Amino acid sequence: MTKENGFSVIGKALPKPDAVSKVTGRAIYADDMLPARTLHCRILRSPHPHARILSIDTSAARRMPGVHAVITGADLPIKFGILPVTQDERALEHEKVRYVGDPIAAIAAVDEEIAAAACDAISVEYEVLEPVMSIDEALAESKDERIQDYGGPNNIHKLVALEFGDVDGGFEKADHIREDVLFFQGNTHLPMEQHSAIATFVDGRVTLWSSTQVVHYVHRALAKVLELPMNRIRVIGAAHGGGFGGKTDPFAHEIIVCKLAMLTGRPVKCTLTREEVFYAHRGRHPVLMWVRSGVTRDGRITAMHFKTALDGGAYGSYGVASTFYTGALQTVTYDIPAYRFEGCRVFTNKPPCGPKRGHGTPQPRFAMELHLEKIAHDLGIDPVDLKQRNFVKPMTRTVNWLRVTSCGLDECTERVMTASGYRIRERRRGRGMGFAISSYLSGAGTAIYWNDMPHSEVQIKVDRGGVTAYCGAMDIGQGSDSVLAAIVAEELGLQPRDIRLVTADTDTTPIDLGSYSSRVTFMAGNAALQAARKMRGMLVDAVEAKMGGAEAVRVGAGRIGDFTFEEASILAEARFGTLTSAGSYTPPKIAGPFKGSGVGPSPAYSYSACVVDLDADPRTGIVHVNKVWIAHDVGRAINPLLVEGQVEGSIYMGLGEALMEEQAFRKGLHKWPSMLEYKSPTFMDTPEVETFIVETVDPEGPYGAKEAGQGPLLPVIPAVSSAVFDALGVWIDEIPVTPEKIVEALRRKQKGQPARYGPERFPSIPYPACIKVEPPPRDLDTNAAAASI
Amino acid sequence: MRVCLESYARRIVRNEMARDVERLVVALHVNGERTELLLPVHKTLLEVLREDMQLTGTKHGCELGECGTCTVLVEGKPELSCLVLPVQVEGRAITTIEGMASGSELHPLQQAFAELGAAQCGYCTPGILLAAKSLLESNATPSRDEIREALAGNLCRCTGYSKIVDAIELAGGRMK
Repeated sequence: MTKENGFSVIGKALPKPDAVSKVTGRAIYADDMLPARTLHCRILRSPHPHARILSIDTSAARRMPGVHAVITGADLPIKFGILPVTQDERALEHEKVRYVGDPIAAIAAVDEEIAAAACDAISVEYEVLEPVMSIDEALAESKDERIQDYGGPNNIHKLVALEFGDVDGGFEKADHIREDVLFFQGNTHLPMEQHSAIATFVDGRVTLWSSTQVVHYVHRALAKVLELPMNRIRVIGAAHGGGFGGKTDPFAHEIIVCKLAMLTGRPVKCTLTREEVFYAHRGRHPVLMWVRSGVTRDGRITAMHFKTALDGGAYGSYGVASTFYTGALQTVTYDIPAYRFEGCRVFTNKPPCGPKRGHGTPQPRFAMELHLEKIAHDLGIDPVDLKQRNFVKPMTRTVNWLRVTSCGLDECTERVMTASGYRIRERRRGRGMGFAISSYLSGAGTAIYWNDMPHSEVQIKVDRGGVTAYCGAMDIGQGSDSVLAAIVAEELGLQPRDIRLVTADTDTTPIDLGSYSSRVTFMAGNAALQAARKMRGMLVDAVEAKMGGAEAVRVGAGRIGDFTFEEASILAEARFGTLTSAGSYTPPKIAGPFKGSGVGPSPAYSYSACVVDLDADPRTGIVHVNKVWIAHDVGRAINPLLVEGQVEGSIYMGLGEALMEEQAFRKGLHKWPSMLEYKSPTFMDTPEVETFIVETVDPEGPYGAKEAGQGPLLPVIPAVSSAVFDALGVWIDEIPVTPEKIVEALRRKQKGQPARYGPERFPSIPYPACIKVEPPPRDLDTNAAAASI
Repeated sequence: MRVCLESYARRIVRNEMARDVERLVVALHVNGERTELLLPVHKTLLEVLREDMQLTGTKHGCELGECGTCTVLVEGKPELSCLVLPVQVEGRAITTIEGMASGSELHPLQQAFAELGAAQCGYCTPGILLAAKSLLESNATPSRDEIREALAGNLCRCTGYSKIVDAIELAGGRMK
């Protein structure tokens, strides 16, 4: 059983605990639930991108046979929002709508068709306002009125300006300075499962089953808007059909079904149509970026100045955090001695943007990797060499105070360089390779709402030989249940199949802040490890007492010392009473001493390196990706099968963003709110991927593990654009890299214009004066880190 | 056959309010069982399977024939159940994911998907398994490119498709 790594479960490629229920169609997703007497909910949504609501007449809808309840914003007036600083959403708007799809009224009826017909019977009188549809329009004075009544000037939501170290001095030291402007178009998560929620109201208590990534945040929002104490609300995560960040906010439909269940006394279900899923959005922000770097002759970065402008859509969502993230992690891969970041998020009349896989960091990662490629070309240095010369080192602090522990950048780079043959590649017009690296958080170091409590908690119960682990973590398909089961099994000398899991239920499980920010393996994993070690301690104590303490008690292969696990649990229960243990994880307080330092710190960062090989047709601009090599430093693979799955899924999603996916608008309307027109990669579009798992054994991760679900997406996108340059000699400074952009760039090159396609200018933004922050002392963590290894 | 609402058991139609909806009695053969249902003519096979027959293993991603999630087999061939009306498939053998295993014994494809991690969130999995079953029945040893082509109409957002192709190859090999 025991592998050469000394573990019996950790590091083994085991199937997921719920694999059979998923391949047999037995997993129960929210829309699969249909309790007796269920009413169906449909939501009336705004047809206008920006309008004042003058009146809503629901009388005809109320009279329709089969309609049980009709609600409007007046029934749910309390505002909510994921971040405490942006409580700007209502479940239903009754004063103003801010994007096409903004919810206005909701119906509960005996079937969906009647509910839909009743929606049609509601008449709403609007005063249509001029929509604000771009970053430039949002920065200018509004033609009618501002979208939100906070932020500003104009439709600016948030401005950030931070400076670390001596940036001007750094530019003075540079031998070469380069500026680039780049744009990353927005895109959406497109989970296969449409959002769905079903609520009941029994004995004065609301129960909601939802397709959510974070039961806890939904719980908080429900308590606020429904004005019920949290102990009268129960939120359960149903089997989850894909999130990628898109089900991390509390959503209007989740609140609406609860309210309708309270009013009707019957179960109420709402499943969004695919078109509505495009309006729920919270996806990748479109970001316009300007970057200026100074480098020495040999390519060492002396200073960097990075400016971003995010098109946020109509509401706050995670946007304040997203804004900081567009400037936070540049320093985590490259040693930048002086760094200035200015960020701006604007409101526009579009569905709100929020977190999508990589939250706020794929856009600047694209910009920075391409920018460094161009600097390398300016200097005549191989871009891989230039990047490698600037790699951060393990056990350091970045200039913006981020603590780097384990870092496998060098090994990741070497693995993909060797496997792909990048350095000895054939040079031929139309064929190219691109290289890029990245890094991502293993969970955010600070919680979304300020508190000192743990970010994850696990309880374990052992009873008659049966082990149950309880944790609020939500398995969204990434395999968080596998991680919990593997860790508890490893510590107790069992197999994952021996562990029963109870997860993502606010009544029965202790807190976990949810499946976002790549936090579950690291945080819930550490909590599970602590709880399991306590339980193991009790079992070993009881066995030791029975055996007389003559020899050390060995735990493994279903045995504890001379006893089976079941016998040992009986001994322990007789000795200690009810066998329960608890563990929790609170990230270390490592944020820097400045306002805004809460976004960026993580207890550990994953690292990835990637090479993309592609053909780009100079006549048509059509790109065919031949192969992707990716090496990912996951710290330690708790389950290599699932790590590979996360890495391959990230590559696929990154290729979709790089080459085709766009959440774009025309005249206030989403251009393509359907799966057919919103192009995403099919089996035919997705190349073979060769994955290398690099293990650096992080000092703080559970068994050394770090994240795997988001980081590997990041390098793919710049690697595609670099490969197109390698193939055709034109820079596509705008994501997605579509055939028409390539053809246009080639046309410009032929005419002697700059051989690129991308934005020409970065707008003038009234950033405030930078908060100047001294870099951290060089030896800040040396002693602490050394002690913990 | 045209029927009016009152002439059939109220139990079936109690939630259907008295609307001007044409209804038909349709006999469906699903997973080897014959069931007669009184259905509004416009209700899709997807809706009937999930809502009237409680076969919720068939999922939906768009209900517009764009994503492949709701794939079922009709006489062994993949069909998008969201675009099929029950009257079109009356009397023909329909297989859903619930009919793929033999009792508790998984189909080799299901076994391979579970072993190789080819199902992450699992939502597209039933449709992909059925499309793959149809492929392997007509081509026992498909190449990786043939697998990709056969499944090009089924979207998956989690896996990046690699492990699905691996699992179909593995199952095909085992079924030989």
